[in-house]
Amino acid sequence: MKQSPLPLPPQVAVLAICLAFGALATPAAAEDVTVSIDNFTFTPAEVTVTPGTTVTWVNNDDIPHTVVDKKQAFRSKALDTEGKFSFTFTTAGDYSYFCSLHPHMVGKVIVKAGG
Amino acid sequence: MSRHERPSSETAPRLDADGIDRRGFLECMTWAGTGILWSISGGVASGVGLGRALAAEPQKALTFLQISDSHVGFDKAANPDALGTLREAVARIRTLKEKPAFMIHTGDISHLSKDKEFDDADQIIKEAGIPVFYVPGEHDLLDDGQGKAYLDRYGKGAKGAGWYSYDHGGVHFIALVNVVNLKAGGLGNLGTEQLEWLENDVAGLPSSTPLVVFAHIPLWTVYPEWGWGTADGLEALSYLKRFGSVTVLNGHIHQVMQKVEGNVSFHTARSTAFPQPAPGTAPSPGPLKLPAGELKKNLGIATVNFVRGSEPLAIIDTPLEG
Ligand SMILES: [Cu+2]
Repeated sequence: MKQSPLPLPPQVAVLAICLAFGALATPAAAEDVTVSIDNFTFTPAEVTVTPGTTVTWVNNDDIPHTVVDKKQAFRSKALDTEGKFSFTFTTAGDYSYFCSLHPHMVGKVIVKAGG
Repeated sequence: MSRHERPSSETAPRLDADGIDRRGFLECMTWAGTGILWSISGGVASGVGLGRALAAEPQKALTFLQISDSHVGFDKAANPDALGTLREAVARIRTLKEKPAFMIHTGDISHLSKDKEFDDADQIIKEAGIPVFYVPGEHDLLDDGQGKAYLDRYGKGAKGAGWYSYDHGGVHFIALVNVVNLKAGGLGNLGTEQLEWLENDVAGLPSSTPLVVFAHIPLWTVYPEWGWGTADGLEALSYLKRFGSVTVLNGHIHQVMQKVEGNVSFHTARSTAFPQPAPGTAPSPGPLKLPAGELKKNLGIATVNFVRGSEPLAIIDTPLEG
């Protein structure tokens, strides 16, 4: 079989890969926020995000939890171990939430325009 | 392990000649990891460890059984086979020489409110061959209808979210639901509708009627940092103040706790699925993972030695293994 020539010099290919990763990573860092649930605690307990941000909660406990907004803006189903729930915040404001199974678990998402 | 406090024998009331304490003060408790057998005679309830009951203690006027927190569907490290340990508990109940009149299940029948979990639990529990009175735990209300599945299955004849009362052998039993509409940062919750119902429910009863109140989350404040208590529990108890004998039976905390306050005795039962840590002894109330072979020791049976006559009862915790 005949070896086909590299379409680009190797250093250019590496650069292209870096750019591709950068293109994926940049919006991810700006938009997505993860709140983990460990030991019956939302961590971080308070996050501040810009409108349009999607927040994802991940349950790392071996007991189910829920994520419920006090003012009903969102309500997850029971998240079993490794279960996830995402909500995209479009409206500025303070969102206090809790676990409806273990209501002593509370957290807050603050949504405000970036500046 | 024995983390429950027993009421000190110094404070035990004197019994009348017939051995019945007219003040209705509940003294002895004993606990089985897999179930608690209750006897009531003359308004005095005393828990009988399954181990002791298996030894064919002559039964009193009324005997019933409590199991709790079967969490069918739970399969994590603390107990990969919650269904198996429920089966063991029921097998023990079946070997009782004297059949209890009925069983109460103080909630968290299932782990995630799935039909299959309820089906599996029902299949095993019915093998006990006695009627069962349920209240829901928060794990039983996780269906899309937020409790509809529970009510369809267990709530026939119940009011609201599943509360009801009934009489048996001269005792008035009150089943309460304190796991719905929980408030952020808060504890268990009964709500005004249920409180009003409770006030009316006991209004016509003579104060001499022994009451047994059961609900999932403790009605008394065990450890608010972990949500172990009921926000409006004191209000509920205020309606019961005039009664000479009130026994409050709960689950939820997967360990034995008890407290006696005047004529009210509070008790929590162990789980048939997995233990939870004592208040404040762990970062969270999550399932306690014990070293291999320790689980059933923890679920082990507790027995009470009845000392004949009017002497106080001695509590002996006897593990299933070890
Ligand atoms: Cu929770």
